[in-house]
Amino acid sequence: MNNFLTSKTQVINIGLASFSPPIRSHGGTSVDLEWRPPAEGNSASGLALAQLMSDGKINAANQVALERYQAAQPILVGVGVAREELKGLGPRMLLHSGPPIAWENMCGPQKGAVLGAIVFEGWASTLLEAESLVAHGEVKLDACNHHSAVGPMAGIISPSMPVWIIENTTHGNRSYCNMNEGLGKVLRFGANGPEVIERLVWMREVLGPTVKSILQHLGPVALGPLIAQALHMGDEVHNRNAAASGLFFKKLTLAGLEILAKLDARKLKDTLAFIAANDHFFLNLSMAACKVMLEAADGVENSTMVTVMARNGVDFGIQISGLKGRWFTAPAPFVEGLFFSGYSQLDAARDLGDSAITETAGVGGFSMAASPAIVQFVGGTPADALANTRRMLQITLGQNSAFTLPALNFGGCPAGIDVRKVVDSSILPVINTGIAHKLAGIGQIGAGITHAPLSCFVKAVEALALKGVN
Amino acid sequence: MENTQHFLTGYYRDSVALMQLSSKLAAQEGIASASAQMATAANLELLVNAGLLDQVVPARPNDLLLVIRASTAEHGQAAFEFAKKTLDEKPSGGGPEKPEPPRSVEMALSAHPESNLVLISTPGEFAAAEALKALKQGLNVMIFSDNVSGAQEVMLKTYARDHELLVMGPDCGTSLIGGVPLAFANVVAAGAIGVVGASGTGIQQVTCLVDALGEGISHAIGTGGHDLSEEVGGITMLSALDLLAHDNNTEVIVLLSKPPARSVALKIIAAAKLVPKKVVICFLGAVEQLDGSNLSYARTLEEAAMLAVGLLRPSRKLSLTGRLVREKNQLDPHRTKGFVRGLYTGGTFCYEAQILLQSALGEVYSNIPTKGVKKLPDLWTSVGHTILDLGDDVFTRGKPHPMIDPSTRNERLLKEALDPQTGLIFFDLVLGYGAHEDPAAGLVEVIRQARESAHKGGRRLEFVGFICGTTKDPQGFEKQASTLRGAGVILAQSNAHAAEMVQYLVTGRLL
Repeated sequence: MNNFLTSKTQVINIGLASFSPPIRSHGGTSVDLEWRPPAEGNSASGLALAQLMSDGKINAANQVALERYQAAQPILVGVGVAREELKGLGPRMLLHSGPPIAWENMCGPQKGAVLGAIVFEGWASTLLEAESLVAHGEVKLDACNHHSAVGPMAGIISPSMPVWIIENTTHGNRSYCNMNEGLGKVLRFGANGPEVIERLVWMREVLGPTVKSILQHLGPVALGPLIAQALHMGDEVHNRNAAASGLFFKKLTLAGLEILAKLDARKLKDTLAFIAANDHFFLNLSMAACKVMLEAADGVENSTMVTVMARNGVDFGIQISGLKGRWFTAPAPFVEGLFFSGYSQLDAARDLGDSAITETAGVGGFSMAASPAIVQFVGGTPADALANTRRMLQITLGQNSAFTLPALNFGGCPAGIDVRKVVDSSILPVINTGIAHKLAGIGQIGAGITHAPLSCFVKAVEALALKGVN
Repeated sequence: MENTQHFLTGYYRDSVALMQLSSKLAAQEGIASASAQMATAANLELLVNAGLLDQVVPARPNDLLLVIRASTAEHGQAAFEFAKKTLDEKPSGGGPEKPEPPRSVEMALSAHPESNLVLISTPGEFAAAEALKALKQGLNVMIFSDNVSGAQEVMLKTYARDHELLVMGPDCGTSLIGGVPLAFANVVAAGAIGVVGASGTGIQQVTCLVDALGEGISHAIGTGGHDLSEEVGGITMLSALDLLAHDNNTEVIVLLSKPPARSVALKIIAAAKLVPKKVVICFLGAVEQLDGSNLSYARTLEEAAMLAVGLLRPSRKLSLTGRLVREKNQLDPHRTKGFVRGLYTGGTFCYEAQILLQSALGEVYSNIPTKGVKKLPDLWTSVGHTILDLGDDVFTRGKPHPMIDPSTRNERLLKEALDPQTGLIFFDLVLGYGAHEDPAAGLVEVIRQARESAHKGGRRLEFVGFICGTTKDPQGFEKQASTLRGAGVILAQSNAHAAEMVQYLVTGRLL
């Protein structure tokens, strides 16, 4: 029997706030919702969402997906060559960040990076020749995420590039990421001049093999605890990786010196110097670790957990566990932030790169509370950083106790974005990110904060509703 | 002594946090000593030196090592469970903070898990989705919004019935649950009369009259205006009747409706017959009745209130008969010439007036005609005797309801005054939460203007009105009444009473 009449009347009030005071003054309670029409005001989608909310099967599926993500153990097992490690990477194929996109539709920095990679691979000797090749379809393009890989910014992975190999030892799946080139004129921001190609060649010839040897001596490196530690040291392992890069450098240095006899001393010194000079060196490991954890959660029927968020500078795309492999896209947003001297919002490309995989996994913007330095990009305070993390708790399925945040009283980071909660509350996933110049080759011009666009989440809800819960 | 070791993967913790955990563990019942450390080589050596480990085991620096020395295996296991629970615990907040304002029912419920009702007054197209989310989380719902489709109403009410929940509305203007007013409600005394109404103003009228008679209301449950339609089948009225039947505070039940679907009215009466309490039924315009020893039928809302009070207090002698005979000296039927114009803000009052007046007045027009009444051809121009519901969508488009914003009625009243055929204007004045803060003040100003314009045309206008409200309402019943009386309005006690006066003034005959 409904005990409504015998209980104290405790109201959640949606709409006219003037209804609340009389309720309160006559012994009831009333909470006013800060309500806005869900699903961007599309009432049919809103009703479809309502059908999916509180669904037992979806909730159970999400529990499975979340547990798989949490149980995943991302372990760095080595460095390999992309063409040998990545399944389905064809001999004349380049991988790029974000959802799939045709050459002619790519943004400036991604185009620049594609051309640079073609020259780097030796398929063309000039950029002009490279452009003709790709324009004639003689170079295949595909999304990194289709190959269990991720790449920051333009996210180009070409067949001969060295890649990090991360294995999830719990479920046995692997993920991959290219190695970080540092700041300035770099391929991931679309730079493709001779010094960029030269650096890529050095990374292929020296950095990759040297780190590979060191790792062979060091053995598997568990990335989870390293990320956990870095989160207590002021990183959020997306836009700030200083601590994690330092921790990783410590591991490599000692192991490298231990096998000095087997290595070329000059190459070791250059390798360590290159890593030491780059506070973002760990980003690519962080991304691959997040990817391998989320891929473990992918493909759980009926699950509404987001497993990919990725951008190509034109589109922002997401994937959800219950609709494995399907992209739901919306125009990529611009990033709000600080610009290096001489640049402004007018120069900025739209949000770019696979690095939002970190937010998808609960770090990055979701763990902003761990990294108050980041909010300074948007003139925020540590309190804002904490508020951002708390807000993300409202759209996630749980908290990852492997990644604790001091500011949350050592509670776990918000983890497992539920596409339903996003559409219901219109709270958008927050993303910390760098800003690329919209033209190829200029590089990073700033950094800041952006939000995933609501409409891709609405599309995912609509697709789920159409498919139905089984 | 039971000595156990547990390696936990995926729990990197700061050494300070682990020291805290160690001391909490050591304080558990039956625990001699305990340690929680990351299993680094250095920590393992410390454990051996401290005598907690017999020998150095291979280091697993990324894993958390729990070492527990307990008096029994059970105590050891309990301490281990405690450690796991502590490690998995959610945070309890991070210092002073402003809580995130809830954006969704789910968020509000998680912050206020004791909630039991969601009150929805969003634009109609979004109301069903919010209601469904609420129901799926086990919450009762009141939908003030209108423009919810019949199919959605049936879907929501069927779900609610199957899950022992209540959906009040859509288009539910009033409810009063255990003294708590929801949306447009009057402040009435608490008491033993429970009301279920498919009519917002109907509930307001009955609860106010019960209050005026010195009794009170346990609960008044609005069902929404479409509940007794064929399509919806009275799902909410049946559920609400059942709740009141089982409610210890309710002794007499009143069921109200605007003109209902015949089959639904009969279904509800049949259910009411089985209730072990007295039930007063007031289904306006319904003629069919089933006999039942516990059932009484009221023709008007006023009669329903009076019957309910009489059933609750059999010693009280209450009667409406002869009221006008006593009052008729103050009324002069010969002064009223021309047609009457009823300008209502409450839809149910409009129906009730049509039903009461149509036989006496002959041809009557309305925008919401009941049986025997004609549809007004041009809603903006009254003809003959016209009785209007100015709360109807056609009059309010883009404007608030005339109970909140009286301008729609004020304009119409002035227009009627200019019509040389108009002799009498009658109206309702609704008080309570949600209604205009001082509705009489503006109305008497318009009445003065109307009298003036009639006077210029050499005519005389009569005004009859009644107040639906109580002395406890925020607007103040007495203040509103004296304002109206000051403007020469003939004040009735109820809508039915007003209709009687109108009839007498026009025809010189008593009802």
